[in-house]
Amino acid sequence: MTMASPAIALLNGDRRRRAHRYKIVIAILILMLAAAFALTLSLGQSFTPPRDVIRVLLGEDVPGASFTVGQLRLPRAVLSVLAGLSFGLGGAAFQIMLRNPLASPDIIGISWGASAAAVFAIVVLSLSGPAVSIFAVVAGLGVALMIYALSFRNGVAGTRLILVGIGVSAMLESFIAYTLSRAPAWSLQEAMRWLTGSVNGARLDQTLPLFLALVAFGGLLLSRARDLEALRLGDETAAALGVGVAATRIIIIVSAVGVIATATAVTGPIAFVAFLSGPIAARIVGNSGSLLVPSALVGATLVLIGDYCGQFLLPGRYPVGVVTGALGAPYLIFLLIRINRAGGSL
Amino acid sequence: MTADPIEASGGAAFAGRSNSLRILWLAAMIFACIVLCVLSVAFGTRDVGWNDIVAAVGGHIDSIGQAAVAVRIPRTLLALLAGAALGLAGAIMQGVTRNPLADPGILGVNMGASLAVVIGVVWFDMTSAYAYIWVAILGAGGAAVFVYTIGSLGRGGATPLKLALAGAATSIAFSSLVMALVLPRNDIAGSIQTWRIGGVGGATFESISHVLPFLAVGFAISLLSARKLNSLALGDDLAAGLGERVAFARATAALGAILLCGATTAICGPIGFLGLVVPHLCRLLIGVDHRWLLPFSALNGACLLIAADIAGRVIARPAEIEVGIVTAFIGAPFFIWIVRRQRVREL
Repeated sequence: MTMASPAIALLNGDRRRRAHRYKIVIAILILMLAAAFALTLSLGQSFTPPRDVIRVLLGEDVPGASFTVGQLRLPRAVLSVLAGLSFGLGGAAFQIMLRNPLASPDIIGISWGASAAAVFAIVVLSLSGPAVSIFAVVAGLGVALMIYALSFRNGVAGTRLILVGIGVSAMLESFIAYTLSRAPAWSLQEAMRWLTGSVNGARLDQTLPLFLALVAFGGLLLSRARDLEALRLGDETAAALGVGVAATRIIIIVSAVGVIATATAVTGPIAFVAFLSGPIAARIVGNSGSLLVPSALVGATLVLIGDYCGQFLLPGRYPVGVVTGALGAPYLIFLLIRINRAGGSL
Repeated sequence: MTADPIEASGGAAFAGRSNSLRILWLAAMIFACIVLCVLSVAFGTRDVGWNDIVAAVGGHIDSIGQAAVAVRIPRTLLALLAGAALGLAGAIMQGVTRNPLADPGILGVNMGASLAVVIGVVWFDMTSAYAYIWVAILGAGGAAVFVYTIGSLGRGGATPLKLALAGAATSIAFSSLVMALVLPRNDIAGSIQTWRIGGVGGATFESISHVLPFLAVGFAISLLSARKLNSLALGDDLAAGLGERVAFARATAALGAILLCGATTAICGPIGFLGLVVPHLCRLLIGVDHRWLLPFSALNGACLLIAADIAGRVIARPAEIEVGIVTAFIGAPFFIWIVRRQRVREL
């Protein structure tokens, strides 16, 4: 007893310190996101004073600012935040569950599945609105199931799942290119949305399905955060800790695909946001707590800042997916080098 | 040998292939190639009568139909050359890396060539046709070295799956860089897909004549390395024991493949998966001897690409699908099938 109590006190102290650190990190990430949000609302082609921005947000009619802020910047910023939260959350969930940063939905083809379904629904079936989202979610789940089934052979090995996913992605990307070629009236801008992701032409009514999906699926995902952390230790350990492994997997896959696919149905598969958010969040958070919320916040900040850079800071105008794609590409290669160096134990 | 189960099992099953059977297959394949060439000239997005087709082949371009057919002739020639180059390059790469998943598309070599050309056009205002080809070959070589280096880091060296993963990831990364570079350039952005998914639609006799010398050298180097690849297939130690300079053999064979891929990508854009499928099919037909496998892969690649191009023109009438889209549709399931065949031990 005399030996144990100081040890327990030490352990508790450590735990308290980590929890404290986690709270601070979350607070900083929220502040950064808020700052980026405020920046994109007030500074575009022209500067709108913060006072006018707040008046517009409160519903007042401010000449000039009501249009630029209320009609142009606000829908775009809200859509960016919601899509970023969705991609960050869903991406991190997959990466944690499959214990591999390369197993993010945009690399293993789930985002491509949702995008292909959205293009098909819009071009061939002439659907719009929530119907497209439902189509995308169903297709995303179908692709997830297909990849899992195709890579199942005496268990699912990580590398095999990723390679199967890459093969499926190639087919889906071809399908998107084919469908777009059947719709010659489409502009380059529209095509870019489904190939790399864009928040151009955002409307506030588009954000509603995203918000609802984020509340429903995101809430479900966060309620399983503890079980997800246990899965990280391996299936046997998780089972020993009292986690229903199979049920947890299914719930996590359904809810992660739900958020990702709903976002993809509106913005297209914004390149590498799902892939980048988790590892960036892991760098910031360390091992002080669950990665889900920080990843979502990082994802939202990435999309906001990426879109801002694409619109105003770079020569020429890029959709957000091109900016995040150019950012994610070197990181993907860097990650691969690091994984191989560390022993190739993918 | 264990690194390549397909090669190993193929060797056991097909060691006894007789030469007469191979010659029979060769004749059949040449016949198929000629038939496909004729079909490729005859069929397209527009229906043209036989009289017009014959007239157009004779050099007349008096009617719209004849003009349409006249465009199909260089297109067919390019599909023939590009298919042969990519099929052969795929066989070389599978031999050099002893990797059943190797393919100029999957290993990122084609996308590297495409990225290099795009950098040349966007940053250095490159316009000359020969500059395109040289830069594409440089890009292909750079990408090949890069992917092989990453894939062989760490435990176990360049295992098939590590190499495939390195190549696929590099390809994804290059592809998004291509997009970022091309998009702000309005003059070339309209064809953004052609920098990421290749096709043979824009072929002219002039562009083919530019690329022909490079392809010829590439074909020669590649076909001459057949015996070296046979030695390499035995494993590095045994090959060295037989007096083969292993590193030199690898480098020359790879150089041939890089010339073929770079030159092809310079005028077609990156076409994937063809080089993956073709050597596997050929191994089933004629066995694993590279002296037969390499020419067969070239012939088979030409047939497959022409067939894919015809399909792309006929399926989506009145639009047409880039041949790179068709090859991805055929090749990706094949890729998944081979991934599944790999043993878990190697993952």
